[in-house]
Amino acid sequence: MTPRKDLLDIASLTDAEIAFVLDNAGPFKDLFKRSVKKVPTLKGQTMLTLFYEPSTRTRSSFEVAASRLSADVTHFDIESSSVVKGESILDTVETLEAMRVDYIVVRHKQAGTPNLIAKNTRASVINAGDGWHAHPTQALLDAFTLREIHKNLSGCRVLIVGDIQHSRVARSTSLIFRRLGMEVAYLAPGSMMPREVPQEIPQFGNWTDAFEWKPDVIYLLRVQGERMDEPFIPSAAEYHRNYGLTDERVKVLRERGLHLMHPGPVNRGVEITDAGMNYERCLINQQVENGIAVRMSVLYWLRPGALE
Amino acid sequence: MPGNERTLLTQAQMAAGVQALAQSILTANPGAESIALVGVFTRGVPLAKRIAAEIEKTGGVKVFLGTIDITQYRDDLSTFQMVPKLEGSDIAFDIDDLNVVLCDEVIYTGRSVRAALDELLNFGRPKRVQLAVLVDRCGREFPVQPDFSALKVTLAPGERVAVRFTEVDGEDACTVQTQASTR
Repeated sequence: MTPRKDLLDIASLTDAEIAFVLDNAGPFKDLFKRSVKKVPTLKGQTMLTLFYEPSTRTRSSFEVAASRLSADVTHFDIESSSVVKGESILDTVETLEAMRVDYIVVRHKQAGTPNLIAKNTRASVINAGDGWHAHPTQALLDAFTLREIHKNLSGCRVLIVGDIQHSRVARSTSLIFRRLGMEVAYLAPGSMMPREVPQEIPQFGNWTDAFEWKPDVIYLLRVQGERMDEPFIPSAAEYHRNYGLTDERVKVLRERGLHLMHPGPVNRGVEITDAGMNYERCLINQQVENGIAVRMSVLYWLRPGALE
Repeated sequence: MPGNERTLLTQAQMAAGVQALAQSILTANPGAESIALVGVFTRGVPLAKRIAAEIEKTGGVKVFLGTIDITQYRDDLSTFQMVPKLEGSDIAFDIDDLNVVLCDEVIYTGRSVRAALDELLNFGRPKRVQLAVLVDRCGREFPVQPDFSALKVTLAPGERVAVRFTEVDGEDACTVQTQASTR
């Protein structure tokens, strides 16, 4: 497979590239069973995480992935850096360029920021979430996780539940699922449903209708607590009652043998309960483990300075 | 201009070579209860399987089969135009205190063997590691030598040994290809 310089979104990947990254993630995951979980692939290279939005899980997943490839890992601390003193993103990138960093993992609240950075550096840029736009490595790890469960994903039905409108996870993950021949539907309160949804994606306003669609997988999104105060957004209790995976709904999942996914971190008592977390077909821990393997596979494929 | 290809080993000679390798391995490991054969992707894998089949015919020695993917240990990986698809190593047994024989179809510079040793040692600490190859092509760049080889040849730098196995290539053949233009 021809290497690419950057991974900015799912939309720009070819089917062959998606398959290549998912296929290679398998051998990377096998490494985790060994006493030595490391390969020398990126020895002497440096990966830097540049997170303008807080995230512990995604950042540490990238850091573990890069460490297992023998890369040196460093973090650009936004809080204590010149960024708070008003340095522009491009000035920061110029600084990183001078440091000869090979891979930059970016998260920013503004969609398109990773693209801007990618255009201005020789380093490979990986989008770890930009605004409502994209979160490609989350989508890849979700696809890899489902591929472990269902050998043939074609026709497999996934119901995505929650704040679809403001979710880059919903956007990227829907896209990759559909690219792999799966069917996707949304369940959300009206205020969290995007204005324009592709025709092929059914939209539901309650669980009863959504269950009638006969999904194979339930994919819960995190309810962003900071948005709860906004008008038209239900309170946590109301959200839980109407859209959360209550204990009653876990019973339906169990009866039908449905799988459960969530990108983390979860809000217990809002979109999910303890019963959901302990549900035997809950894939959340696999998603975390697979996230490392898939990110290793992405780092293995990208090449700093590759022609786009 | 296309290059030439000439036969190095006939199919019968390849089969005899595999038998001879199996015999030499048994002779060199007297009294061993078990031997692990680990094939290096791609064509070391069918070679290891065939040697294993020969050893098992004699009975008395338990054979463990494994595979090694050296892609991520290659010292020239970053110069590849294409990123190789990974096969992954599969060693599903405990190699600690085991006699391990690495199998590869050809040894030339010795760099692949260095890479295979690095990967192998991530799985544990074998009692001893030996190397079996079908063709020992002289021209080492690293200080590694095979313990067992079916054929030893000296070739010109522009020439290339091509071993093909039915399992991978649809036919058994061992030839020397002469490149039309040398680098």
